Amino acid sequence: MSNPHHTEDNTLAGKIKKNVGVSLVKCYQCGKCSAGCPVSGDMDYPPSLLIHKLQTGLPNHEEDVLRSKSIWYCLSCEMCIARCPMEVDIPPMMDYLRGESIRLNKANPAAKNIIKFHKAFLNSIKNTGRLYEMGLIVDYKMKSLNMMQDVTLAPTMLAKGKLKIFPEMIKNRKNIRQIFLNTINKQK
Amino acid sequence: MARIGVFICHCGENISATVDCPKVSEVAAKFPGVAFSTDYKYMCSDPGQSLVVNAIKEHKLTGIVVSACSPRMHEPTFRRACAEGGLNPYQCEMANIREHCSWVHEKGDKTDQKAIDIVRMMVEKVKRNNALLPIKVPVTKTALVIGGGVAGIQAALDIANAGHKVIMVERDPSIGGHMSQLSETFPTLDCSQCILTPRMVEVAQNPNIKLYTYAEIESVEGFVGNFNVKIRKKAKSVDETLCNGCGMCTTKCPNKKNPNEFELGMGNRPAIYVPFPQAVPNIPVIDKTQCTYYKNGKCKICEKVCQPKAIRFDQEDEIIEVAVGAIALCTGFDIKKTDFFPEYGYGKYKDIIDGLQFERLASASGPTSGEIRRPSDGQVPKKIVFVACAGSRDPAKGIEYCSKICCMYTAKHAILYKHKVHDGQAYIFYMDIRAAGKNYDEFTRRAIEEDQAQYIRGRVSRIYERDGKLIVVGADTLMNAQTVEIEADMVVLATAGVANKGAEELAQKLHVSYDQHKFFSEAHPKLKPVETNTAGIYLAGACQSPKDIPESVAAASGVAGKIACLFANSELTREPLIAMVDRQAPPMYSSCTGCFLCQPVCPYNAIEREEVKDRNGNLVRELAFINPGLCQGCGTCVAVCKSKSIDIEGYTNLQMYAEVDALLNS
Amino acid sequence: MKLGFYPGCSLEGASREYNESVMAIAEKIGIELVSIPDWNCCGATAAHNLNKELSLSLPARNLALAEEAGLTELVVPCAACYSRFTMVQHELMHDEPLHKRVNEIIGKEYKGNLRILNVIQFIDEYVIDKLDENVKFEFNKKVACYYGCLLVRPNKVLKFDRTEDPQTMDIVMKKLGADAIDWAYKTECCGAGFSVSFTEAVARLSGNIVEDAVHRGAEAIIVACPMCHSNLDMRRKEIDKFNGKKSDIPVIYITQAIGVALGIDHKKLGLQRHFVPVNLKDFKPFVKKEIDVEKPQNMEVE
Ligand SMILES: Cc1cc2nc3c(=O)[nH]c(=O)nc-3n(C[C@H](O)[C@H](O)[C@H](O)COP(=O)(O)OP(=O)(O)OC[C@H]3O[C@@H](n4cnc5c(N)ncnc54)[C@H](O)[C@@H]3O)c2cc1C
Ligand code: SF4
Ligand code: SF4
Repeated sequence: MSNPHHTEDNTLAGKIKKNVGVSLVKCYQCGKCSAGCPVSGDMDYPPSLLIHKLQTGLPNHEEDVLRSKSIWYCLSCEMCIARCPMEVDIPPMMDYLRGESIRLNKANPAAKNIIKFHKAFLNSIKNTGRLYEMGLIVDYKMKSLNMMQDVTLAPTMLAKGKLKIFPEMIKNRKNIRQIFLNTINKQK
Repeated sequence: MARIGVFICHCGENISATVDCPKVSEVAAKFPGVAFSTDYKYMCSDPGQSLVVNAIKEHKLTGIVVSACSPRMHEPTFRRACAEGGLNPYQCEMANIREHCSWVHEKGDKTDQKAIDIVRMMVEKVKRNNALLPIKVPVTKTALVIGGGVAGIQAALDIANAGHKVIMVERDPSIGGHMSQLSETFPTLDCSQCILTPRMVEVAQNPNIKLYTYAEIESVEGFVGNFNVKIRKKAKSVDETLCNGCGMCTTKCPNKKNPNEFELGMGNRPAIYVPFPQAVPNIPVIDKTQCTYYKNGKCKICEKVCQPKAIRFDQEDEIIEVAVGAIALCTGFDIKKTDFFPEYGYGKYKDIIDGLQFERLASASGPTSGEIRRPSDGQVPKKIVFVACAGSRDPAKGIEYCSKICCMYTAKHAILYKHKVHDGQAYIFYMDIRAAGKNYDEFTRRAIEEDQAQYIRGRVSRIYERDGKLIVVGADTLMNAQTVEIEADMVVLATAGVANKGAEELAQKLHVSYDQHKFFSEAHPKLKPVETNTAGIYLAGACQSPKDIPESVAAASGVAGKIACLFANSELTREPLIAMVDRQAPPMYSSCTGCFLCQPVCPYNAIEREEVKDRNGNLVRELAFINPGLCQGCGTCVAVCKSKSIDIEGYTNLQMYAEVDALLNS
Repeated sequence: MKLGFYPGCSLEGASREYNESVMAIAEKIGIELVSIPDWNCCGATAAHNLNKELSLSLPARNLALAEEAGLTELVVPCAACYSRFTMVQHELMHDEPLHKRVNEIIGKEYKGNLRILNVIQFIDEYVIDKLDENVKFEFNKKVACYYGCLLVRPNKVLKFDRTEDPQTMDIVMKKLGADAIDWAYKTECCGAGFSVSFTEAVARLSGNIVEDAVHRGAEAIIVACPMCHSNLDMRRKEIDKFNGKKSDIPVIYITQAIGVALGIDHKKLGLQRHFVPVNLKDFKPFVKKEIDVEKPQNMEVE
């Protein structure tokens, strides 16, 4: 509980507390999250270090965080929170930071493909209501210009009956579009 | 006519920053019956008290109201001042305008008004106060020490050496507690048994100490100076007066494969056993849950081999009643076991052990005769990992506190390990090294500088087994939180210290308070560290919170000092704030109707039947009588009495109504 | 007996065999699984990576539709969908304003009366008691049960099995006669949704999983999540490259394993669709015996 008499915390950590209710002051830097995180080796700042940067409240560290690879490499596997002794809920914090990073146009170039994939994924849902895997892959490849990756995967998948050539459409697609318009595609 | 004095204290700025003290004093001066009113910066200071004393004399006051803090701290102070001024000390009342007013409100008129109201209530009360005389009760100069660990041993010896009788009750078959399981002790590395055993023997030999082992507290009644205690002496199935400790029974018992508690499961013991060679008393007990005879009626080999014929299969638990004047609680602590840790395998890996198990491995009298060998296959571990803060400072696991002793004993373990396994490497995962204490930090430095312990700052996320190795996955937070993986041969978890088994039940039997972790609570964290909030019951050692040996011993000597003070007088003075049943001249005798509804509700069994007889000795009536020695002034009887015949001295109905009236009619 | 059913996109596409095997055992046991009419994708990782309200609304629409259709229990075999559904239900039920807002977005009202079951819970409640009478073959293989992340974390919300070293799948497999081994990667992440966008990570994470299972002598990895399956199965080439050695350990859905034991035709269970061929043979006829599957400690979550 922070003291109600204190002035509002305008740091990124303060915003995280306000918007997703995750209190970073609780973290005492034990590193258990970083030790268990399956991708901490890929991250520029493993989860505990990321938190420590935010704990400082200094603009240069906050900038590092928003531009970091870490927030995009997080798999949302929840290993960190499962073992954190202070119950610092890192995955929702990561969700929030990703949102902010995109909103402020600061997403790390290394995350380009990951973001494109997420976007292609959502596009598929927006158009059909469901995930159309073939469409997703084509869309993603167009977006990422990564044509040659996985060229061998698709034919085998087709042969094994794992890919549908045509998308499956749900009936009430209007409802889905409405959901997108009300959330991610909201006009600000 | 009442002449009341009112003294408004500023308590530095504690009160005056919020409450307008001069104004309250001015208003109070005009209350009916108030003869004098003033305010002052620190009423509890020497000049403040003199001010009170002088005012009583000068203004011929009949009662005083000190309006300051809660009576908890300073009521005795002002009662003394009141007496010094020549009044009965119970003509003093405190109006709490700090906790009840200044600390909980903002500055303003309403707050001032509340302070004024509180003062007015107490003025009306004190006008109706009676002069009271303290109650004297005799003191039984025998102390009861519960728990025979190092704390209990120290307390018992100190009290006995002060010339008083001591009764010691220990749950296990031997005294000694956890210290008897330790190998060597920080920060000096002297052998634990070597310094403890002589003290254990002293307990057994001291003529002032009566020792009951394999015994527990059944019930406790009474109050400071006069407790009545029932002790359950569990059946050992051995006649202690006959047994000479020759050990034939334990050698010959064929049923030898029972987990040895003293070795924490890392060894076996017979069904009839002495927990360890230096046990005091050196008398075996039969574990009825394991003994072949108790299980299927055949065997009795111990009986046959026992020369003095001391085996008693038909022995029953015995209840022993004792009267004591004071109680020392020294029941110690326990530690979490390895199964408390899901991420470290729920205790399924044999080579992940706890700190006490490591003590046994390092102990010359332990299951490996002091060689460090891992439980699974007896190999000497060449890479060993110690995990500090295992379960401590871990709110997610329900233990937010620091267990205090683990940093030190982990450093000790690393040193002992290196002394025994010269080519071995110890790693210690830690969060902070907490080594505050004389020669303590030097000790942990020694582990690092001389004995090459590798300290890695980070918690361990997970441990799993692979190909006979334990893979320890942690992070080095001083190295960009990079993952560290160590293939260890053995892992020692410095698991959290927790309250001992049965602590809660015992606390309830003794009416002492305990915290959310079931550790017993001291009466004041700074000023009364060895007292409980029940008079006459004291605490020492790790039953209060995890403590090391020097701290436990110091506290135990503190308790002994307190008890010696108590026993220095043959009588105790008690506050006369107790319940009284109305008494009148014959033929009324009392408004009490003799319904005795009050009798069963009294939690202290203080209510007795008094027979009223006429001149010829004929029984006229039976009236309730409250034993002033037993009554604690809780007031439960007052609430149930239909004829309103009971009053609590100092809190009579008359006084209470006057207070309420003063509030409602202001 | 009728139960609500949410197949999810994977089960309709790349993980068809999971769907086929769920359906096959349900049919055998006499349970009708009724799909939510006009269901949509739950949004998976993509949605909650990019937009919180979207990530709540997509699953919420399905839950509302299920409720409208009068369903009370919903079987969700895909661990990812199960996790999203359970999390959304939890969040909505614990945050009144958010619940209102999401209802507005989806233009429907979700009341929160649905019980959401993952595939193991479904097996535990509806299938396991019928096994003894229906099982034909003993699954006499050494298996490594792999739970991944989404079935067990966050434990406080899902309240399913114990956090570390879970046992529910192991118990089912032991009942079928398998030797469920104790291994180290039961709940380590496989790389999840990064299969396409960050394949190196998936190769490493899934590689460690496959390696440990093989190292400990497992003959099959048993899974209950289409994402885990596709990473461990379809990414085997990358996995083997990472490990520097070839592996042929098949990855089998728990429902396929049950199907095999029930004597259902392997084609009907979709076993031929796997990238890593499933060559498990020599199943012994099932003899009912009292297998002592003691529940290990900490299995009960309050
Ligand atoms: C692994 C480890 C290593 C340690 N190493 C060191 C060290 O090197 N140096 C150091 O200074 N300290 C060390 N300590 C701390 C030391 O063990 C404690 O300070 C000490 O044991 C506390 O003594 P105690 O008498 O308060 O409690 P305990 O030793 O726990 O003794 C309590 C006694 O009370 C008895 N009892 C419990 N309940 C009841 C009951 N209801 N009725 C009757 N009897 C009861 C118990 O049977 C026991 O005999 C170590 C602790 C651990 C866990
Ligand atoms: S595990 Fe929790 S307390 Fe420890 S460093 Fe990570 S977030 Fe902080
Ligand atoms: S949720 Fe993200 S930060 Fe946490 S352990 Fe998984 S990948 Fe690492």
